[in-house]
Amino acid sequence: MTIYLPIAEISVNLFVVLGMGGAIGLLSGMFGVGGGFLMTPLLIFIGIPPAVAVATVTNQITAASVSGVLAHWRRGNVDFKMGFVLLVGGIVGSVIGAWIFALLKSIGQIDLMISLSYVLFLGTIGILMMIESINTMLKSRKGAPKRKKLHQHYWIHGLPFKMRFRKSKLYISALMPLGIGAMVGILSAIMGVGGGFVMVPAMIYLLGMPTSVVIGTSLFQIIFVTANITFLHAVSTQTVDAVLALLLVASSVIGAQVGTRVGSKLRGEQLRVLLAIMVFAVCLKLAFDMVATPADLYSLAEGG
Amino acid sequence: MGAILHQISRLPRVIAALALCVGLSIGAKGAAAQSSLITDISSHLISVTSDFTGTELLLFGAIELDSEEVGPGTGDVLVTVRGPERKVVVRRKERVAGIWINTESVEFLKVPSFYAIASSRPVEEIASPEMLQRLRIGPERLRFQPDRLGEASEDFEAALIRRKSQERLYSDQDAAVYFLGNKLFRATIDIPANVPVGDYIAEFYLFKDGELLSATSSPLFIKKSGFGRMIYEVAHEHPAIYGMTAILIALFAGWLASAIFRKE
Repeated sequence: MTIYLPIAEISVNLFVVLGMGGAIGLLSGMFGVGGGFLMTPLLIFIGIPPAVAVATVTNQITAASVSGVLAHWRRGNVDFKMGFVLLVGGIVGSVIGAWIFALLKSIGQIDLMISLSYVLFLGTIGILMMIESINTMLKSRKGAPKRKKLHQHYWIHGLPFKMRFRKSKLYISALMPLGIGAMVGILSAIMGVGGGFVMVPAMIYLLGMPTSVVIGTSLFQIIFVTANITFLHAVSTQTVDAVLALLLVASSVIGAQVGTRVGSKLRGEQLRVLLAIMVFAVCLKLAFDMVATPADLYSLAEGG
Repeated sequence: MGAILHQISRLPRVIAALALCVGLSIGAKGAAAQSSLITDISSHLISVTSDFTGTELLLFGAIELDSEEVGPGTGDVLVTVRGPERKVVVRRKERVAGIWINTESVEFLKVPSFYAIASSRPVEEIASPEMLQRLRIGPERLRFQPDRLGEASEDFEAALIRRKSQERLYSDQDAAVYFLGNKLFRATIDIPANVPVGDYIAEFYLFKDGELLSATSSPLFIKKSGFGRMIYEVAHEHPAIYGMTAILIALFAGWLASAIFRKE
């Protein structure tokens, strides 16, 4: 059974799309990641134009983040003040990102840019995840890990405009979260990701936020950043496919619920290795497509 | 509906232009064979709905032969279906530092988004190259307007036709117009699922011994319909409202999902 996607302007198999949404939802439930960084490349693999894939996944991430943040909010795991500062940076970053996106689309380099960013980020993240999970496995064999210092001082703490974040128990320069928010905002707009996979490590390692509030706060600001990006893409390039987004939302939400239950029964380190392998696989496929000689060197872009 | 009426109102101009073209070509022969072709197509309106998987368009007609003028035997019939013209940018990839990157590009104006041709015999046997060129019959004679000239643009033009053919948007079928007796004829043209929407025109040409005797045309309107149509229109005409709606739906869907699964 095929369904016509009005903005992507192609017919796709309904069950393929639902299956993909469900599978990515399952993974995001199991691993606690947003899944945008796998969803966007998969949509491109099934023939959705990259620009439409990016904009549509952004819309889907808004929905996924809302349902995620509500659970964290009920447990009091959202630092709204920090979220707001990140968000201001994120809005600025996403406006810049959407502008770059529209510019690259007009000169025909957006597909390359999307692939390049993915190869770079998936490659880096895959390697980091591998290292981390191998270390954890080694440590668990060796016994108890060394205790870390509660608080460390870097050059970062010398920056001006200090703000107090009670929930995160931090007194740091507002420039840090603003900068991180802006960087992730640019990535979000270009890659069609929530950016949690960059935001979460940055919050833990760069800002020094307590792990308990990191995910809730990240999700909180992702809602607004992705909503802003959805709007910008809808206005500047008309690439948000509402039908595709709705299919992805419905299937991924169900997948995520199943994933959460499955994930709690599996061991963390093994899950991470599994996820790292998948990240590598997508990365390699994208890298291969960039290097392999295309079947036809010419491509068409219609307009007007 | 407004768009359809608008399209139909434009039709007489198209026919007039064609009639002029035909008149010029047969004027030299003297007596014009008037209305020697009676033609129609199976549908003047194709709706692309959310479950559209392509369709077949039947083009049919009858030749009213004036035996004195045409002589014995049937003529050759050639039919074309042409879609709305668009601007197309053709880009060529080159290997830069190991990666394939779009480098050169040529922009073509007036590129039919769809072009199909069917004929009773290979077109080269039906009419002279000059005639085919003048009537722009066959994908390679469409005469796109490139933004620069020279040999470079020829490669890009060939690529444009090749890519369009691969997407089944350009087709060229020899011996696909079938005669029933020597008066009635029919041809089917595949309309694929990815057909662009807009104003189309189906043209019929009757040739005899390389001379164009008659030509007719029928309008065809391909439009998106139903829910998909509505979404496409809103997205392009009211992008801000569309964007806001997409966000509100996402927010609601997220809340709904969390509400449903919380109870379990």
